[in-house]
Amino acid sequence: MAKPKTFDTRRQAGFTAIAAFCFIVLYLPIVLMVIFSFNSGLALTSWEGFSLSWYVTAWHNEVVQAATIRSVIIATVATVVSTLVAVLAALVMGRGKPFRGRSAMFALINQPLMVPEIVTAVSLLVVFAWVKTTTGYSGLGYLILAHSAFCIPFAFMPVRARLQGMDQTLEQAAADLYASSWQTFRRVTFPLLWPGVLAGAMLAFVTSLDDVVITEFVKSAGQDTLPTYMLGQMRRNLTPETNAIATVLLVFSVVLVVAFFFVSRENHAKAQL
Amino acid sequence: MIEVDRIHVRFGEGPGAFIALNDVSVTIGESEFFTLLGPSGCGKTTLLRSIAGFIHPNEGAIRLAGQDILSLPPFKRPVNTVFQNYALFPHMTVAENVGFGLEMLGRPRAEVTRTVEEMLALVKMTAMANRRPSELSGGQQQRVALARALAPKPKVLLLDESLSALDLKLRKEMQIELKRLQSETGITFIFVTHDQEEALTMSDRIAVMSAGKIRQIGTPREIYDHPRERFVADFIGDTNFVQAKLFADGTVELPGGARIRASLPKDAVPANRAVTLVIRPEQTVLEQAPEQAQLSGVLENVVYCGTDTHYHLTLTDGARFVVRRQNNPARPVTFEKGQRLGIGFDPQAAQVLEG
Ligand SMILES: Nc1ncnc2c1ncn2[C@@H]1O[C@H](COP(=O)(O)OP(=O)(O)O)[C@@H](O)[C@H]1O
Ligand SMILES: [Mg+2]
Repeated sequence: MAKPKTFDTRRQAGFTAIAAFCFIVLYLPIVLMVIFSFNSGLALTSWEGFSLSWYVTAWHNEVVQAATIRSVIIATVATVVSTLVAVLAALVMGRGKPFRGRSAMFALINQPLMVPEIVTAVSLLVVFAWVKTTTGYSGLGYLILAHSAFCIPFAFMPVRARLQGMDQTLEQAAADLYASSWQTFRRVTFPLLWPGVLAGAMLAFVTSLDDVVITEFVKSAGQDTLPTYMLGQMRRNLTPETNAIATVLLVFSVVLVVAFFFVSRENHAKAQL
Repeated sequence: MIEVDRIHVRFGEGPGAFIALNDVSVTIGESEFFTLLGPSGCGKTTLLRSIAGFIHPNEGAIRLAGQDILSLPPFKRPVNTVFQNYALFPHMTVAENVGFGLEMLGRPRAEVTRTVEEMLALVKMTAMANRRPSELSGGQQQRVALARALAPKPKVLLLDESLSALDLKLRKEMQIELKRLQSETGITFIFVTHDQEEALTMSDRIAVMSAGKIRQIGTPREIYDHPRERFVADFIGDTNFVQAKLFADGTVELPGGARIRASLPKDAVPANRAVTLVIRPEQTVLEQAPEQAQLSGVLENVVYCGTDTHYHLTLTDGARFVVRRQNNPARPVTFEKGQRLGIGFDPQAAQVLEG
């Protein structure tokens, strides 16, 4: 059977060339970065032979170890806090009675997406500096607080999308079958929301792990995270050690994305009606 | 059993508010198969949702076995719903869906398991117990939704257009199935449909609704044979409306001058006024001699419909009239187009309506 001729971008002149160009611009630098992480020499541009020595160096570097632990602690706490807040906010906005200030709340949640990051960073620096001098506390709390806040919209969006796509008669059916509000949430709403929550948490985690600007401004001395450590290396002398760290981060996020893809696909298949 | 007492439901506020239910009252008995029938948008779902507890009426009361249930949230009302779109929980198996209500009621696990088995057997879905709703056909989902709503043994089961999504053959099967389930369980069914045939075949009693009001409540026979309003007569079955005049002695003068004793409404109608007669097409016969018949008309068109033939006539006052005759090769007929024919019917089968 002949398919009717429809408009197909793939058949337009120059499509292949443009696609190839975009692909190269986006991925070639990453490929090069990964390749040079295995360079045995010191240089970032001239290949001297294959070696895992930079991975070993990074692994044994105590500064890198500390920065990694710090990054993971901050990202984990920020993920938990921001996801909790995001789920509550999505429920209040999607299931609660309509209330005054709903759009104000929406604007508040999405503040980190609308205000330039550098502005948030500077204002946080000012406020935290003042709090630091008055209280004397200079621990990780500031970074955790800042990360929790700017991760909220990233956790919020998938949860809200999932909630909006959910059939509300399912919750009514639960209530009709003698489930209290809490039981309805626990047995019906939450299990159906779960893929959205998971996606939100992953996005929040990656966003926190990746942040440079706000972290750079808010951190106290000796509070480098992995990204700010790498930035610092650039100011001194960049070695393939940075490539090695970046490659590990890359592998980690790819694994996370692939895992999420499979989790959500399975969930989707289960939830198909 | 269940009493709906003068409820009003408004959507929106102030003068722009939409009145979805306007002074609706109905009493439904124990173990009754009661149907709400009316066109789309007349308020059937709103009435059902008011009983289930998802809509709170602005005025009026709803009592179940004498107890006011309006103050109870949905999950405390001994009423279960079969939703229009089934609303099966997609993340649970068939068995988990069916057991959900009992589990929420805190019944012991053994009892839940046993009842689930019973219910699945009742709707012939035992083999599918471990499937997910997405792995079932529409008709199977329908059965699971029924089993789930029946499992907690509610006092009243609400069914919202439950069969509308099924194809004709499956729908006929499910109609019989539903009647069987209702008589086996003895649960009161409140069934919503916009399909008059479905309502007539299944119900003990029917409430015909339009524009937020109940127009008539009665058995299928009462509703069909003695409609109280033009809307009811028109909505249910095919109908001829004939303009006539009612006299003080209870007789009715037809177009053409014949006088008959037709079926009068229960509420007295003022005499010496124009009235409308409702005459069903299948309750009339054509006669060769127009002079002796109650009505007469000119045959305009003959439509063959398999089991029946429809004869379209124009009466002396210009109104259209349809006579339906069952086809029988043993009794062939010879009516010609353009011929003037008599129309005969039992006077008691003609219902007088005001106006
Ligand atoms: N939540 C609502 N807000 C405003 N109008 C509504 C709402 N629910 C129903 N209606 C209106 O009320 C009328 C009756 O609706 P419904 O009871 O669903 O009709 P039916 O089930 O008989 O088709 C319809 O005109 C519908 O548009
Ligand atoms: Mg409806």
